Amino acid sequence: MLMEKTLKPLSECSFGDCFLIKEINIKGPLRRRLLDLGFVKEAEISVLRKSPLGDPVAYRVSNTTIALRHDESSMILGEIVRGNTK
Amino acid sequence: MESQSVLNHSVLKGILAEVNEVSNEDIRDEIVSDIYTKSKSLCKKVVSQQHSAMYRSDKLDEIFTSRIWGFPIMLIMLGAIFYITIAGANVPSDMIASLFGYLEGKLTILFETMHAPEWLHGILVLGLFRGTGWVISVMLPPMAIFFPIFALLENYGYLPRVAFNMDRLFKRAGGHGKQSLTMAMGFGCNAAAILSTRIIESPRERMLAILTNNFVPCNGRWPTLILLASLFMVTGFSGATGTLVTAGILIGFVMLGVVVTLSVSWILSKTALKGVPTHYTLELPPFRKPKFWNTILRASLDKAWYVLKRAVIVAAPASILTWVFANIYVGDTSILMHFVNFLDPFGQALGMDGFIMAAFILGLPANEIVIPILIMAYLSQGAMLEIEDLSKLKQVFIDQGWTWLTALNMMLFSLLHFPCGTTLVNIYKETKSPKWTFMSFLIPTVIAIGVTWLTATVARAFGWV
Amino acid sequence: MRVNRIALAGNPNTGKSTLFNTLTGLKQHTGNWPGKTVVHAEGSFEHKGEQYILVDLPGTYSLFSNSADEEVARDYIIFDQPDATIVVLDATSLERNLNLALQVLEMTNNVIICINLIDEAEKKGIRIDEKRLARELGVPVVKISARNKKGINRLLDTLSQLVKGQIVTTPYRMKYSKEIEEAITKVESKLEGYFDEKYPSRWVALRLLDGDEELILKLQNHKNNKQHEVRTNGVPVSVKS
Repeated sequence: MLMEKTLKPLSECSFGDCFLIKEINIKGPLRRRLLDLGFVKEAEISVLRKSPLGDPVAYRVSNTTIALRHDESSMILGEIVRGNTK
Repeated sequence: MESQSVLNHSVLKGILAEVNEVSNEDIRDEIVSDIYTKSKSLCKKVVSQQHSAMYRSDKLDEIFTSRIWGFPIMLIMLGAIFYITIAGANVPSDMIASLFGYLEGKLTILFETMHAPEWLHGILVLGLFRGTGWVISVMLPPMAIFFPIFALLENYGYLPRVAFNMDRLFKRAGGHGKQSLTMAMGFGCNAAAILSTRIIESPRERMLAILTNNFVPCNGRWPTLILLASLFMVTGFSGATGTLVTAGILIGFVMLGVVVTLSVSWILSKTALKGVPTHYTLELPPFRKPKFWNTILRASLDKAWYVLKRAVIVAAPASILTWVFANIYVGDTSILMHFVNFLDPFGQALGMDGFIMAAFILGLPANEIVIPILIMAYLSQGAMLEIEDLSKLKQVFIDQGWTWLTALNMMLFSLLHFPCGTTLVNIYKETKSPKWTFMSFLIPTVIAIGVTWLTATVARAFGWV
Repeated sequence: MRVNRIALAGNPNTGKSTLFNTLTGLKQHTGNWPGKTVVHAEGSFEHKGEQYILVDLPGTYSLFSNSADEEVARDYIIFDQPDATIVVLDATSLERNLNLALQVLEMTNNVIICINLIDEAEKKGIRIDEKRLARELGVPVVKISARNKKGINRLLDTLSQLVKGQIVTTPYRMKYSKEIEEAITKVESKLEGYFDEKYPSRWVALRLLDGDEELILKLQNHKNNKQHEVRTNGVPVSVKS
């Protein structure tokens, strides 16, 4: 698998993907909250599942399950490390 | 606590100025990242055998938040809670009511032997004792069942899943998925739910949750809904089927409340509370089996007792007041009847009557006392009847000209009308805004009047009543 | 009699309330924090003849005052200076939980790390070397299961030793990058002698660098407020309520 050079948003990950955070394009209190929850640079995120209506999506981060909306996850950029091609 | 004082000390000012030079936007990122790096390295040292196999919680989440089963499971859970509450509360309610009836008889004898004046017996026994007794017998059993079941679901970790499932709907309406959690709290008590809205961190979404919480029927209003549904809507059924249908009707009303909540949120977020929805993070904690008896004991003791205490504190003076109003005459009509007659044209236009309107207005301190006030007002002697016999109660209503429309509109009005006094006080405390507190009164009231007027007009136009 | 005030800190969903209930039973009362809409739960218990008041701080992910909850928890540890702070960690997600523990260690010396839900973690095959963690953090670490009442006595014994001064802690203080450390030293030296020395100056400096000016206002107010300084013979001032 080729390593992507350009960063991709977390929202583009699909089930089973592993994601390495490189950049968070959010300012203010939400950024702080995300940091506290473990969405820090170099953190590894995996995609768990979508909610019944498609959004939000639950992610596994530092051994906890956190749900984010598309609005937020599209602002978190990084590398998809292990793509699960279905 | 927030201090108004400005930094006036020159030393501090100097320090702050210097700090601002070194401090920059990225420093928080760096601090938190460093702490996380340390946490990670500590974990590497002290935690072993960390395998990332699928946990039990994940498997359960596949069911509870499944595309197909997520919503049906939520509805079934809600229905089951209502069913258990209604079915379980019936017998103890009757028992408590008979106990109070027995005690009332004894009290009356006691008053007679002491040759107490008639009015004293009226105020204390027919007013205070009956009114309070009614509230306890109607409120205590459902609360002692509802709160523990709810606490079990809460401790199990199911509620965040509801917020996860519902978020899309709330986002569309401009709100936050956690609003569904505050709504769930509202089933217990709207006043308490207003406090619980602080779990929503962004002010705009929190305000939406505060303003619409009232559309979830609280414990004080369930008895009204259950009573009227079982008297006027499930007439063809009895026993378990009847309970099931009552639970079904209740779910229907809850769904209506949800629809109104989403609509009002949507309209407000497009108008007065315009802005981009912000701040969404929701933790889905692992499912954990709650300590069964511990949870039940604590929930009944803490919550049920607390809400009951509040209800009785409000019910006691309200019962006395209603009795007094019903027994003091100005001209040849009691004060209460003057009030009722004044409200009657308005009540009739909404498919109800002046008594019901008066009961809702006098019931402002707490919704629990609406039905007791109504019954007290209906009975000309100004005291409430024994409540063990429901058919007798229905006869009282029918004698007053009730139809299915009266029952339906009273239920609708109960679901949609202004929040109770305690809730309004809490809304003021939380928002610190007279304007929004007033809006939280006005919006539901306008909706309640509009909806009941509409159903009444339509039903009459088609000759259904 | 001496009453020890103990604060209970931790992430949400760590079983903090379960521990609170286990320790205090029904001897508890709730209300609001002064001027805040955050629930304040307080309870009392006795262990080996010692009296304790346990204050259940709101469950938070951090103590950076992002929300009213976090502010309440932080202010209690800094301004009310409890005799000990128990940080409850979830054994199944230690990494994020340690995040909060490290923040508490920057603020106060009398800390006990309490790793809860140890049964659940063991079921999941997670083993935690608490002795090693205690060495790394310089404070006692106790593994418990509040739900099944495991390790509670050990926790209470440790607590009693800590408040009696039989355990001396050497809490680990976070070390940051060179730039931040330099900035901290600079600000710290400026602050020297300005605030009461009972406030951790390194931590105050860090918060200043972080841009938390409101905290400075609070520190200044507390400096003028004698009420919080009357603590003679270790007898605590009455808990604000």
